[in-house]
Parts: sequence; structure tokens; C-alpha cells
Amino acid sequence: MTQSRRDFIKTSGALIVGFSAAAVAEPLAGERSAEASRSTQGGAGPYPDPDFRQLDSWIVVHNDNTATFYVGKTDLGQGTGTAFRQIMSDELDVAFDKTTCVMGNTDVTVDQGGSGGSDALQVDGYPMRRVAAEARRVLLDMASQRLGVPVDRLTVADAVVSVKANPSTKITYGELIGGKRFNVTLTGNNVDATTGVAKVKAVQDLKMTGQSPRRYDIPPKVDGSAKWAVDVKLPGMLHARNVKPPVAGASVIAIDESSVRSLPGFVKVVRKENYVAVVCEREEQAIAAARQLKVSWKKPEAQPFPTSEELFTHMRRAAPTSSSRPNVTGNLEAALGSAATRVEAEYEIPFQGHVAIGPAHACADPSNGQMTVYSNDMKSYGMRNGIAQFLDMPRDRVRVIWMDGPQGYGRTAADDAGFEAAFLAKELGRPVRVQWMREEETAWDTKGPAFAIKMRGGLDAGGTLVAHDYEARAADYGHLGYNEPDTVLIAQLTGRRRQTPASGSAAAPSDMYAVPNRRVATHVVSLPLVWETPLRTGNLRDPNGPQVTFASESFIDELAVAAKADPIEFRMKLFNAGTGDDSGFKRARSIACAQAAAKAYGWQSRSSPQRVGTGNILTGRGFAYAFRGQTVVAEIAEVEVNRRTGRVWVKRLVCAHDCGLVVNPEALRRTIEGAMLHAVSRALFEEVRFDSERVTSVNWATYPILTHADTPERIDVVLVNGDPNQNRADLPHYGAGEASCKPMIAAVANAIFDATGVRLRRAPFRAERVLAALKAANV
Amino acid sequence: MSAITLKVNGKPRTVDVDPRTPLLYVLRNDLDLHGPRFGCGLGQCGACTVIIDGAAVRSCITATSAVKGDITTLEGLTTNGALHPVQQAWIDEQVPACGFCQNGQILTAVALLKKTPRPTDAQIREGMANVLCRCMTYYRVQAAIKRAANGVAV
Repeated sequence: MTQSRRDFIKTSGALIVGFSAAAVAEPLAGERSAEASRSTQGGAGPYPDPDFRQLDSWIVVHNDNTATFYVGKTDLGQGTGTAFRQIMSDELDVAFDKTTCVMGNTDVTVDQGGSGGSDALQVDGYPMRRVAAEARRVLLDMASQRLGVPVDRLTVADAVVSVKANPSTKITYGELIGGKRFNVTLTGNNVDATTGVAKVKAVQDLKMTGQSPRRYDIPPKVDGSAKWAVDVKLPGMLHARNVKPPVAGASVIAIDESSVRSLPGFVKVVRKENYVAVVCEREEQAIAAARQLKVSWKKPEAQPFPTSEELFTHMRRAAPTSSSRPNVTGNLEAALGSAATRVEAEYEIPFQGHVAIGPAHACADPSNGQMTVYSNDMKSYGMRNGIAQFLDMPRDRVRVIWMDGPQGYGRTAADDAGFEAAFLAKELGRPVRVQWMREEETAWDTKGPAFAIKMRGGLDAGGTLVAHDYEARAADYGHLGYNEPDTVLIAQLTGRRRQTPASGSAAAPSDMYAVPNRRVATHVVSLPLVWETPLRTGNLRDPNGPQVTFASESFIDELAVAAKADPIEFRMKLFNAGTGDDSGFKRARSIACAQAAAKAYGWQSRSSPQRVGTGNILTGRGFAYAFRGQTVVAEIAEVEVNRRTGRVWVKRLVCAHDCGLVVNPEALRRTIEGAMLHAVSRALFEEVRFDSERVTSVNWATYPILTHADTPERIDVVLVNGDPNQNRADLPHYGAGEASCKPMIAAVANAIFDATGVRLRRAPFRAERVLAALKAANV
Repeated sequence: MSAITLKVNGKPRTVDVDPRTPLLYVLRNDLDLHGPRFGCGLGQCGACTVIIDGAAVRSCITATSAVKGDITTLEGLTTNGALHPVQQAWIDEQVPACGFCQNGQILTAVALLKKTPRPTDAQIREGMANVLCRCMTYYRVQAAIKRAANGVAV
């Protein structure tokens, strides 16, 4: 038996009042019948899974000849929803502005996993294009029957099918199917493989793809009309705030509820093991009560972690929890032994946080034996599954409605807040909204792991790189997955955590350098406290990429210095030393990006450092390059270093970016700019500090980030397509959300060296650290 | 609890709250104005910004009872359906990424331009310095402010 989502909403009074799913997922005003009968599969609960093998799950054509696309992705502010509308309207042959897009609501959109891995266009774009192409094929068949004209004599434009020889004979998509079901079954072993019979168009025939329609989500974000997850307000809703352990690993001895019972609006203290929350009628009451609640905590027996000053010493001394089998080419040690010049360096980069501008939040509604969670979590489907397991509810009684929210660049604390809201709503039997406070967010949000990386290299007498060794240690033991019911923070604190922590990982450099003797070795190390710790690691935008590439691309620069070579020419030699290429032509595209970046910057060939100037402001340039998946980026940073204060200003940035076929160039440019600046922030400012039992970076004063004052005065983004055959009909579209983060820290470090002759191997390059290094080098 | 009358977006609004309640929660939860957002509760980030008598004010650290002037929220910038020139510049420049902080970016820019209609780059950097954006849209925010400044009659 299936029950449509709309039917359920009609019978669930609470949901239609105030802020409802109907308001969130409304496709087009006045058009509901088709959506009400969209296909679902599954059991008896109100939220069966939309069936990805039904065309109706993806596309609804309305009576007014508009269309709504249903996609199982989330848009975190990169304009992916706009891009989906572009590629799908192109395949369907509907005008872009006659389409809308519904995303990430688990009961109305197929499970495409939400966002992650910058794969929205690279992976999910293809099933979207195929289903839109299939809808076009079906509509043409219907038109053929209605008009009595064979399909090959029909043409379609802007959702109007007409006879080629007699354009006045025509029929619209809306007339053909408006408000009705396609009832077309698709095939494919999984959602990514979803396909109909129709073939997608040659990319040269896509009209909106490659244009830059404005993002539809921006006007409501600018005029205040957007409804965000943080805005959800339900009848009878309560407000909750967590009370976190004051030191890592502390356990609750006792709670004195009388300390808050007489406060206005007090409803309940919820405690389960070490999870404590206070629930009140009003938000400010919950904040006050959570601050006032008296809890006795017992500190853990052992010191939970080293201080942030001792972190790298600890990481180097610790026995690895796991080590990868080294990836070896040639004979590294022999080549190092016979090298004319040997270079060695160690790099360190600390824990860095997501630290969303809006602390983690969610609202959950437990009415009628179901659970609806309103969340900005980028993986709404995983959250739905995880919460169903955590609460021991059938999946088809749980849904997650994805809504806009702050910064979803990986495994943020939005995961944790969603589970907390659902848990509290079930406990209270009323809708509960929970939001973390600033100090919770900054201290307890998941962290990108700290890395300590040792590198060795050898040059022959001609300055050619003949030996290259990379050995990384990452403090990543217990790395959190997404929305796991046995690792989210409330699972840890309530004692429902899994037996064995995740092993974590330490990544390898991603470059196309051909070096005859090369070794890549990685190790994971652990801090003493693994569970119930604020130093918990998870995916942070381009996970591990900025850390690894800080070391690898700084080190290539150090080798270029040793070879007295221009840093780009040195890299070109390494690209050109290879002869093969991969199926994505990554070597050819690496060369194209490096050249494009150099050209855009106006790069003059010379070695680093330049002659150090005599004034207070020293200027330098730095290059770095990497790829992520198939997306290639080459970046140049120009910096000013203040010799007296140590302040580094990244004055100019250049990025040459090849993510294959570009869907929306202007949205892409902004994504690249933001990703680069996010990484500049990590290069210059971001560091999670802690004493031996608590994180001391707890707000924007103690966890400083890039500000307006630090913004470059010029950013040039060059969109490159270095594919050797750009005219092929299946030119691929790759991901772009994260790749441009990867080389930036190294580009800044290389620019600081170029300006000052001082090599910084410990990030971030905060003024006091830079100043100390300059003084130590008598600059 | 006590009755407090505020003037918000041109209209008197009376609420019954603890007078110490930060203005932010009154605007969001009692008056359903969701432009201002909780970001830090410390006045550090600017996500909660409102304009009071022309100046950008952080509503998360402003007691409701202390507010005497006219409050404008992001919703109130639009007059008779027409966007404020700064809002239009934001759209033209396609500024927001996630957009969560943009309330503070826009309202601080409005206050900045009111005081300094033709700001220099340095004045923009200084005037906006304490309005944080985690998506790092600063470059486009600054471009939009310049765009708005050029479009606004001095």
C-alpha cells in the first residue's frame, strides 16, 4: 500500500500550519495533481522512497507548460540547482525559466545521496540528463500519436512540438501530459545508472549549458524571503540547547534540576548518559537555562589530548594506528643516495574546523508516529536512514526535509544536530528545535585532520628531479562518516557508539609529475581520547587535499629553488617527462592549466626567491597546482609580507581551472573564488587551539578567519578546457566545488618564500609566526 | 515579561517578553522576521545585524528594552516591492554562496553607504571588516558595494 505525500500532509494537521513541507517543496503554484501521484515504492509508512526507475519521480510537466525537476541533491550555495535546471531543460527542450527544481527532500526526490565529493555534475548530472532526454522522447511519441505525424517529422522547441513542414500544427507539452503521469519505467542497477531509451544530446547541441542564467536561489536570500532550516517554526515547538561536557571525555555524575526548574518557560532537562540538553518554551529561555543548569562532571582518568603546541611532537612519536602499503616506483633510496642534490623538509598543518557561520541546528516534528526533520544537512538521505536506525523507527516513517543553511562543505555538525532534534522530539512528544551555541560549534564541530608530512627529494646534476619521497602522518583515527547512528555525537555521548573507531586515512599528493623513483607512504595516528572528544575528524572541504598539497607543492618549489629553476618551468619538465596520459587527459590538461595560469598572471621566468626588497612591504608570487578527481587547477598567489608586523596579505589570485564542460561559467567563477579564499583563510589564519583537556578556540576571536580587510584586490579565474578533443559530443562535466581549495596553501607559502626567502613549513602563516620566522632569518 | 513596543520596518509592534531578551530572538521568534540570524551571540560576526536609526546594530547583543529607534530588518529594505539598490547590486553581482551571512553583509553595506556614499576600497574593507562570511564571498560583496555606490545618487 502506498500513501502519497500529499495525502499524508492533508491528514497531518500539524504540518500544514506555519511552516510545512508543502511550503518547502512547492513546485509551481496551483499544480499539485501530478506531484500527488508521483511514484513511490515501499511499505506502509507515510514516506516510501520515490522510485528512481519511474520517470514520474524525476519530472513533472504541468498544465501551464512548465516543468519541475526533482533531484536528490542539495545546493550548498554553488548554484548546483540552477545548473541542474540548465542541463535538464536543455535535454527536455523546455525554456530554462519555465522550470523549477526541488532538491533533497527525502520523500519527494529520489535518493541521489545529497551532496558530497563535488560530484553533482560529474556523477549525478548524467542520470538527470538521461531522464530529461527520456521525457522528451516520450512526449515526442505522444505528440506523434496526437498529431498523426511520425516523430522524425516533428521538431520541439520551448516545450512546443510542431510539424517541421507545417509549424502551425503544434501541441505543447502541457497539452500532452500536463498534470498527468508519464508511467514510464526506467532502467539501471542504481540511481546513478538510471536511464531511459533516449540518448542524451551532443554537448554541442545544449543551449543553456555554458550560459550563465542567474541563480534562482539568490533573490530570496537577498530580500529576506527565503525560508531556511533555521527558520522552521511549528505549532507547539519547543527550544532546546545542549549542555556539553566542560572538558573532553567528562562524564555526568549528577544533575541538579532544581537549578533551572523555576526559570520561566522551563520544560525539561533531558539526560541520557553524558548527553544533556535543556528544553524550554522560548529560545532565549533555553539558552539561559542551559547556562544555568548545574551539572557535576567527572573528568576522564587520562589526559584526553596533548596541547596544540605539543600536537606535532605527539603525532611524530605516536605509533601509527594504521599505515598504508607504500606506493613505490623505481628505487627511491638508491636514487636519493646517488643524487647530486638532496632536499628534505617537514611540514605541519594543524586541525582546522568547518566552523559554520550559523551554528548547527535542526527542527524535528514527531507527530502521528512519524518523524520529520528539517535540516540543512547536505546528505539528507543519509540523515533519514541514520535517524531511523538511531530511533529504531521504520525508514518509511522518517523523512528529512532539506532546506538552505550555512556552509555545508563536508561533514559538519549539522549531522549531529539533526539526530539531537529527532531524539529530543521523540522524548518530548512535541516538535523541538535545537541549535548549538557559538562556543559549541567552534569547539565541537568536526575538524579536518592535522598532518605532519616529511618529504625528501633528489636532483641529478642537471637539476632534474630523480627521487621523490612523501611520508605523511594524519591525526585522523576515528574519522567520522556522515550521519552514522553509531558515531554522531549524541550516539557517542549516550553510549551507543560502535565498537571499533574508523581507521581514518592520510592522502597522497595528486599531481601528474613523472619522477622515476618515487615513494608515497601514509600513516594514521590517534590522539589519546578517541570518543566524546571535540577533536573529532571528518571530511572538511576537499578532505586532506589542502594539507597534503601544502606539503607536496611547497616541496616541489623547494626542489625548484635547489635546481635554480623557475617553479612553473620546473613543473613543466615533470609533466613532460611523462609520455602517457589517463583517460581524462589529466596530464595534457595539467599542462594547459599551468600555462593558462602563467599567462593570466603575466608570469616572468625566474627562480625564487627574488631579491629581497629594502622596504617594509615585500612582494612575491607563488605557484601551485593539483587535481581533484578529473578537475585540474593551477593557482598563483601574489602576496605582500609586512616585514615589521609579519602580516601577509594575499593581494592577487589567479586560478586556471579545468572541470571539463562548464555548465554555468559565472556561478563557477564564484565557486572558485570562494573556495580559493576559504583556503587562503586556512593558509593564513585557521588553527584549532587546545589545552590538554579542552578546545580553546571557541569563537571568532579565538578562531580567526579571513575577513573583508584581508580580501585580495584582484582575482582572475580562467576557465580552461584542455581536453585534446574539445569537439567530442560527450565532453564530460567534472566537479568544481572543492578542487580550487587544494593548491592554495602551498601557493601562498611559495609566494611568501619568493618575497622573503624564508620558507614557512608550519601553517597557518599568522603574523606572529611569520614575524618570528623573518626575525630568525634576519630578514 | 513586559509589554514592549518596537517600531519595526515602519510599523509599531508590541511584544510581551523579558525586557533583557536580545532583540534578535524577538525579531525572529515573536515577529517572524528571519532576515537577522543567530551566528555567534557575541557581536563578532554580524549575521544578526539590523539597522536602527541608520546605523548597523548587532541584535544578538542588544537588549530589547534598550531599543529606542526605528528598526529596519532585511525584509524592510524592500519598499513597495522594489529592491533597495544594494539588494539589486547583490543580485547583479550574484554575491551569495550559501547566503547565511548576507543579511549582515547587506545591511552593513547599506549603513556604510548611507554614511559614506562613495567609499574608497580602504573604507569598504574597514567598514565591512567585522562582518564575517564563511563561504568567503568578500570579493563579490566588495564588488557589489562599489556597484551600488556608483548607482546611488550622491
